[in-house]
Amino acid sequence: MKRNSKQPLEIVIPIKMKDFKAGGDGAARIKQVLQKIGFPPDIIRRVAIAAYEAEMNIVINSLGGEIKATVSTDVITIIARDYGPGIPDIELAMQEGYSTAPREIQEMGFGAGMGLPNIRRCADRMTVESKQGQGTTITIEIYNR
Amino acid sequence: MPHYFFSWEEYVLLKLREVKELLEAEVFTGEDKLDLEVESGFGSDLMSDVLAFARGKVILLTGLTNNHVINTATMVDAVAVVFVRGKRPGPELIAAAEKIGLPLLGTRFIMFSSCGRLYQAGLKGCSELRVGENLAGETDEEK
Ligand SMILES: Nc1ncnc2c1ncn2[C@@H]1O[C@H](COP(=O)(O)OP(=O)(O)OP(=O)(O)O)[C@@H](O)[C@H]1O
Ligand SMILES: [Mg+2]
Repeated sequence: MKRNSKQPLEIVIPIKMKDFKAGGDGAARIKQVLQKIGFPPDIIRRVAIAAYEAEMNIVINSLGGEIKATVSTDVITIIARDYGPGIPDIELAMQEGYSTAPREIQEMGFGAGMGLPNIRRCADRMTVESKQGQGTTITIEIYNR
Repeated sequence: MPHYFFSWEEYVLLKLREVKELLEAEVFTGEDKLDLEVESGFGSDLMSDVLAFARGKVILLTGLTNNHVINTATMVDAVAVVFVRGKRPGPELIAAAEKIGLPLLGTRFIMFSSCGRLYQAGLKGCSELRVGENLAGETDEEK
């Protein structure tokens, strides 16, 4: 791999609320960049899935936000941040099967309540911080090893 | 080369061409890619389940025809998508799939019959693939 780990690459993608058309473009771009650099496929896959789940959660549940990917040789960090409304009960939201997705969202193929658990599965480290009325920040670290 | 092996039965790979025949399917895009091989199948309308459990060179069967399906297929590196029970993707979706080189097929069979036909032909479900990887995506080393 050519990239110098002292100079991590940063990709920032703004995410608009309820923008189902562009939703997923952020994760797709991150995936493309990682492929170009030459990360192993299983690492790319884990990053892509985690970023996609985080991105769609922002599209569906928040007022909008951004996804930031920081890429170095050893670790890929995804920070998904939104402007609210926040997650009232993080522990509950992290449970498999828990979803507040309304019917019309379910009809689009979301709402399995598997997004956050999927992120946790893909991540080597994951933290969720949320303040009611202020927003949610999910930090995902995936080590390249 | 397949990177998964079965401990208990013969390994079956299906070409998209064979999938097309088994499902009497129409090809919306990817006519030139029918020699690609699939090693596992996944049928679902819940894309997060696909993201969680899809494994290997997978073919995704679904009744949904929105871009969430294309995105999900991309994230799990699916070989192709089959729309079941006569669902047809719109021109925008076909164009998007064409751009990324993802074959899209359509069958009039319902989900159950579509999966059944492929399974009968020997294709395994994603949960039956194994080599040091379980459904949680952990390798044997981590356990
Ligand atoms: N960024 C967010 N802001 C506010 N609430 C959120 C956010 N992300 C998730 N949630 C809440 O947590 C719940 C669980 O999220 P999770 O991603 O696990 O499942 P889901 O999005 O409902 O379904 P799936 O991801 O399987 O399509 C959501 O239904 C929603 O209530
Ligand atoms: Mg989700």
